[in-house]
Amino acid sequence: MPVKEKIIEKIFFLIALSSITILALITFFIFEEGLPLILKIGPKAFLLGERWIPSKGSFGIFPMIASSFWVTFGALLLGIPLGLACTIFLAELIPPSIGILLRPAIQLLAAIPSVIYGFWGLIVLVPLIQNYLGGPGLSILAGSLVLSFMILPTIITISEDSLKSLPPSYKAGALALGATHWQTIWRVLIPAARSGIVASIILGMGRAIGETMAMIMILGNAVKMPTSFLDSARTLTTNIGIEMGYASGDHRQALFATGIVLFFIIMGLNTLAIFLSRRSVH
Amino acid sequence: MTESHLAVKMETRGLHFYYGSNHALKNINIVIKERQITALIGPSGCGKSTFLRTLNRLNELIPHTRIEGAVILDGEDIYQPGTDVVSLRQRVGMVFQRPNPFPKSIFENVAFGPKVLGLGTKREIEEKVEQSLKAAALWPEVSDRLHSNALSLTLGQQQRLCIARVLAVQPEVILMDEPCSALDPLATLKIEELMQDLKKNYTIVIVTHNMQQAARTSNWTGFFHLGEVLEYGPTETIFTHPKDPQTENYITGRYG
Repeated sequence: MPVKEKIIEKIFFLIALSSITILALITFFIFEEGLPLILKIGPKAFLLGERWIPSKGSFGIFPMIASSFWVTFGALLLGIPLGLACTIFLAELIPPSIGILLRPAIQLLAAIPSVIYGFWGLIVLVPLIQNYLGGPGLSILAGSLVLSFMILPTIITISEDSLKSLPPSYKAGALALGATHWQTIWRVLIPAARSGIVASIILGMGRAIGETMAMIMILGNAVKMPTSFLDSARTLTTNIGIEMGYASGDHRQALFATGIVLFFIIMGLNTLAIFLSRRSVH
Repeated sequence: MTESHLAVKMETRGLHFYYGSNHALKNINIVIKERQITALIGPSGCGKSTFLRTLNRLNELIPHTRIEGAVILDGEDIYQPGTDVVSLRQRVGMVFQRPNPFPKSIFENVAFGPKVLGLGTKREIEEKVEQSLKAAALWPEVSDRLHSNALSLTLGQQQRLCIARVLAVQPEVILMDEPCSALDPLATLKIEELMQDLKKNYTIVIVTHNMQQAARTSNWTGFFHLGEVLEYGPTETIFTHPKDPQTENYITGRYG
């Protein structure tokens, strides 16, 4: 191989390597900053402690882990049925000409900055919840509602892809046996695309757990164990977002340690999604 | 010949079919006799498969298509408004060119039709699955692994599974669109033997590229060319005394 080609190849290799290097550096950095505190107060006190009072040296993040899961669970409860209904509608029920208009609209949902979602939640949803359901309005319910819209593009785009990549012969085969269109969708196409759909939900879940800005604006940020969907709450991400500006010493380290927990949760979800979508390739 | 006295199962009258502006079928008039095997032959792109799919209205899945004329099944035009397409497709089953089992277990593939049609209890469906697999000559090979994935079968087995799946919904007519083109010679032979068995109870229409297959298996043969039927009649006559010179060229392999 000529020398010039070899040099070009090396340059591209280095560029490709840099993205992995950046990931490794970020990982190393949050571990380096956060791990000492976890070791100092003990993983159990950190993960399961219910009191977060930085000024007194109490760093228990259990309420935030719980809140993150409550908000995410609520978002999935609304987002999965909505997302799947949209997917089925787009992939199977509407004429292609309308799909051409609808699909970019759904993708545009992903392009709206999360601060706008937060703003909309704050001025529309929060007063509605306060007036009709009671409580502070700034609540897990408001957060879940906003997140359920934010994860729609992820769920719809990926599950529609997995439905569309099925061989057309599945559909033809089912219809030729006298199945109705709906039976074909529900009993053949959805089960056949199941792994892709599950992967889309898990990726949506990762997006919901990681969302910060919109949640700071509408969750109310109270550090306490959630007991109802109308409670205010603080998630792992919002904890970091709110306090990083002024934290120092152990407090600062505790926020990095919160980041480590998030890191593991999101890594776990992504690995699961990759594993599931690989399995779908026969 | 006694064949001309056989009952008519299906018939097309002045059938035209269009893909957009492409006139794919031109004035097709064919009579399909009950409990006989009718073979459709002709060069690629001549409209055989399109014609087959007009018989169970599966062509409607393709957008921008149009049909004219009539397709009669037991005296009724299947294209008249108000026809129940779902029940039509149950009566006129189809086996595809490439085996297309669902990514489910062998059992679930055969049980799918009876289940969606609501044919019987769990026990009755289990019996139906066994009967259908036996009728498709697949039972001895799969009886001990009904719950393994259908995609783990060989292509030949998958195709017989697809035939079992069609038999399970108790059709009257079975359309076969080049059912052996993806199979090896042994698997092909098995399907051909199976067709002779099935002929006792079902009306079969088969599209094939294989002249020997048409000659071996069918009672009636139609030769399609550029969207028209150039010749149609008893298989023996078509293969021994073709009237049309193009038919003769095609079946003797000089053209195709």
